[in-house]
Amino acid sequence: MLNAVAYDAWILHALIWLPLVGALGLFLLPESRAKEFAFGWTGGIFLLSLGLLVQFDPGGALFQFTSTATWIEMWGVSYSLGIDGISLFMILLSTLIMPIAVLGSYNYIKEREQGFYALLLLLQTGIVGVFASMDLFLFYVFFELTLVPMYFIVGIWGGERRIYAAVKFFLYTAAGSLLMLVGIFYLYFQAWSVTGAPSFHYLDLVGTPLSFVEQLWLFAAFGVAFSIKVPVFPFHTWLPDAHVEAPTPGSVVLAAILLKLGTYGFIRFLLPFFPLAAGHATVIAVMLGLAVVGIIYAAWVAAVQPDAKKLVAYTSVAHMGFVVLGVFALTATGIQGALIVMISHGISTGALFLLVGMLYERRHTRLIEDFGGLAQVTPLLATAFVITALATIGVPGTSGFVGEFLALLGAFERHPVMAALAATGVIFAAYYMLPMVQKILFNSLEREENRTLPDLDRREVAVIAPLVALMIGLGVYPQPVLERMEPAVQAVVQHVEGGTVDWAGQGVLGSDQEEIAYDPIRSVGAEPAGSDR
Amino acid sequence: MELDFARQSHLIWALLPEIVLSISAMAVLLAGVWKHEEGRPQDAHWLGGLALAGLLLAAVANGWLYGLSEVGRDGIIALDGFRLFANWLFLLGAALTIVVSFTYVERQRLQVGEFYALILLATVGMMFMGGTRDLILIFLGLETMSIAAYVLTAYNRRDRRSAEAGLKYFLLGAFSTGFLLYGIALAYGATGTTNVAEMAVSIEGGAGLSGLLVAAMGLLAIGFGFKVAAVPFHMWTPDVYEGAPSPSTAYMAAAVKAASFIAFVRVFLVAFEGVYTSWFPILWWLAALTMVVANLVALTQANVKRMLAYSSVAHGGYLLVAIAAANQMATAGLLFYLLVYTFMTVGAFGILMVVSAQSEERLQLEDYSGLGWRQPYLGILFTIFLLSLAGFPGTGGFMGKIYLLQGAAEAHLWTLAVILVLTTVVSYFYYLRVSWYMWMRPAEGGAGEPGEDSAIFAPLPMRVALVATAGIILFLGIFPGNILDFAFVSAQDLFPPASGLIGGGP
Repeated sequence: MLNAVAYDAWILHALIWLPLVGALGLFLLPESRAKEFAFGWTGGIFLLSLGLLVQFDPGGALFQFTSTATWIEMWGVSYSLGIDGISLFMILLSTLIMPIAVLGSYNYIKEREQGFYALLLLLQTGIVGVFASMDLFLFYVFFELTLVPMYFIVGIWGGERRIYAAVKFFLYTAAGSLLMLVGIFYLYFQAWSVTGAPSFHYLDLVGTPLSFVEQLWLFAAFGVAFSIKVPVFPFHTWLPDAHVEAPTPGSVVLAAILLKLGTYGFIRFLLPFFPLAAGHATVIAVMLGLAVVGIIYAAWVAAVQPDAKKLVAYTSVAHMGFVVLGVFALTATGIQGALIVMISHGISTGALFLLVGMLYERRHTRLIEDFGGLAQVTPLLATAFVITALATIGVPGTSGFVGEFLALLGAFERHPVMAALAATGVIFAAYYMLPMVQKILFNSLEREENRTLPDLDRREVAVIAPLVALMIGLGVYPQPVLERMEPAVQAVVQHVEGGTVDWAGQGVLGSDQEEIAYDPIRSVGAEPAGSDR
Repeated sequence: MELDFARQSHLIWALLPEIVLSISAMAVLLAGVWKHEEGRPQDAHWLGGLALAGLLLAAVANGWLYGLSEVGRDGIIALDGFRLFANWLFLLGAALTIVVSFTYVERQRLQVGEFYALILLATVGMMFMGGTRDLILIFLGLETMSIAAYVLTAYNRRDRRSAEAGLKYFLLGAFSTGFLLYGIALAYGATGTTNVAEMAVSIEGGAGLSGLLVAAMGLLAIGFGFKVAAVPFHMWTPDVYEGAPSPSTAYMAAAVKAASFIAFVRVFLVAFEGVYTSWFPILWWLAALTMVVANLVALTQANVKRMLAYSSVAHGGYLLVAIAAANQMATAGLLFYLLVYTFMTVGAFGILMVVSAQSEERLQLEDYSGLGWRQPYLGILFTIFLLSLAGFPGTGGFMGKIYLLQGAAEAHLWTLAVILVLTTVVSYFYYLRVSWYMWMRPAEGGAGEPGEDSAIFAPLPMRVALVATAGIILFLGIFPGNILDFAFVSAQDLFPPASGLIGGGP
């Protein structure tokens, strides 16, 4: 049925530009209809995007749904789209989170609704554009485009220190990405001198020969940009401010999707473009070191936060540490783990922000000490909160476990000490999450105000239920996700290992894997991680 | 038709746009006197319309010149794409300034006829600066433009700030002209010609790099540095831009700066092309200093007009990178950037005029508090202009910066490229600051107050101009292809055919 409507040909364009159309359309409607329209529109886009899951062929070419058109001929800039197994799930995550974020902001956003939802839709255009771009110039444009709506969302609808947080967020990210722009140009000119034609297309740039020193510099330029976005310790200081000051839906989108732009950049650009630098022992040691410090440091800081939202914000830093750990393990297992952590974090942290937001809407405070014993008054909320907290910690049976386990496993094969240190982060996660759960939900119900809190209404259940279902679903049966990501992950790993990769075709050719010469001991990590589980 | 300047009559054809515009300026001047009635403000729309018609005729003449060609590449009047593109810039800058100035000049009771005549005359001077290959004529054009600009700065005689700014501009401008003239004299001494094309031949053909030539280049760089407001020769800019009537400021920031850059490019890239390595460090440092200092100082400005003045200096720094790169890509980038820059600068000053109720009040950042929510269209337009000035993707300013970066990268000026992007980050802060006052702060007795809204008045021509410029900025940010190619082709004539061809590789 999908083939009959040429779904493959237009779906990516539609996913990028429909939100923009919706953003403009919002202004044609009365303000009172804005939220319903935004929900319907983003929900419709989500339903449209589900077709990707059906149409994406796990055994097919590395990049699918590709299309290309000339944009700026003179510079070789093209409007090229295409997704592999990695971007597939990032796009699905984005299209899923958006309607949930809209639904979750019904009570929170009470003024200037049209502007708010228009910015949210504009943000979606930028995000999906980033994940679907096959052209580095186009990627950069979308990457920057995500900043403006988020800046206004935090700055206009945020809390007390919203302007400070918004500007800090904007400047941090922009500083990194502008340096990356210079790096992109360097790469582009190198590729130009090799191929003789200017092009920003991913496939034209990916094999560009660069000396080790050049790779190190470019790795730094790209790496800093993405590390700020992730954020990797010590570039994380913008994140708690932005998260705490942002309105609930802003925090949800920021945590669930925007942070992933950074880690996605690591896997999509950093490793394939600069394999020599990425595979260098010192670079790996630095990145893993930062990841481990981030995991432990953020966990400790989170543990002492009196403000529930700030606590959740710091858990993001810790989780992103696991992602970086998995990525720079440079094994297929590790990278797959990192990707699952990315998805899982998107779902569970998004849910946590929504839950904290719901608490805030009821009590107008986010201080943990102001709550207590809510399990008796609001059983539904308490249930959702507990499941989400467990997924955040990474208890087996939840999505968090699958991701962190694979990431740690991948890292352990190569860097056992680092992995062991990082594994303590899982314990610390329990140390910061469980006391919060206890203080909010289970301690004695001391405060009078808390006795009369209403439980989740139907809308709020509709917001939380799909996320909770996904946490468990992904935790029990991650196979469909893993197998679609597999070829893309293998290609990246092979490329860093020095093997040949057919980027334009099927990537690492399945049956030919043994023929590619690489160190058999190191190749343990390249075992397909999904197949033996 | 092929023009040969051995025949005098052909000079008239080559100078048709300049001649048409000069006549129009006289007509506007006379009409202004004729329409003048004691005690009543003049009708700006009528005279402005006349001036616009003159600009349109000159534009037609400029378009007609595309059909002609010249003998050789060393005639006294250049008939190349570079000149014609520059003419578009000047005509456009003048036309936009006139359109946004109508209400301002009426409310400020300025002498309308002379005001528009001066703008047209300054434009004629600019067209000479861009259109000639002779240093003497460049100097004449520069003086025509500058003297008109001095008067435009001091034009509001009821305002002491305006008079002060005019005097400052005049004194420093005259001083810098001395440098320029001395430089021209020394260059003549070193090469025996005032024609830039012949100068290049003379330098490559044996005159080489003498002490005289070095001194000449240094003096010319200082002279042009003053005119384009490069740090450390920028001291006059903030005061003059702040004190001048806003339409004059818009015109100076857009067109006067563009003309100085055009002449700067032609002199250095053509005449001194053979000794690039000896003047390259000067330009490198001028560019780096201008970008760093201007952007840092702009951070501390609480007055929006003054902030835009420093921002204009900073943009000059980005453009200097193109001269330092000295290749076709960078020169095309300069042309394209100047085009975008004209739109966004005049647009920003247009908003400024509307918010300050067509006067020189309410220019502080606080006055913009909450403006966006009370005047959403104004707020959105200003946000677009600010994002473009900041060089954000989706706007023409971004494509302009990319073009300049391309040029810098092609010349392997990686350090300058990094300085350019880092100072861009700095500039984000002060452009964003205006946007956060507009959208994120509640109104505090500023222009956003309900009672004050009546003072915010954007007449139809202003509205049309603002919407059109914002639309063009977005268009250039999304579909820049044709204009990029056009700028590239226009820059071609400054370069020998072998260098910097598309597809030739870096």
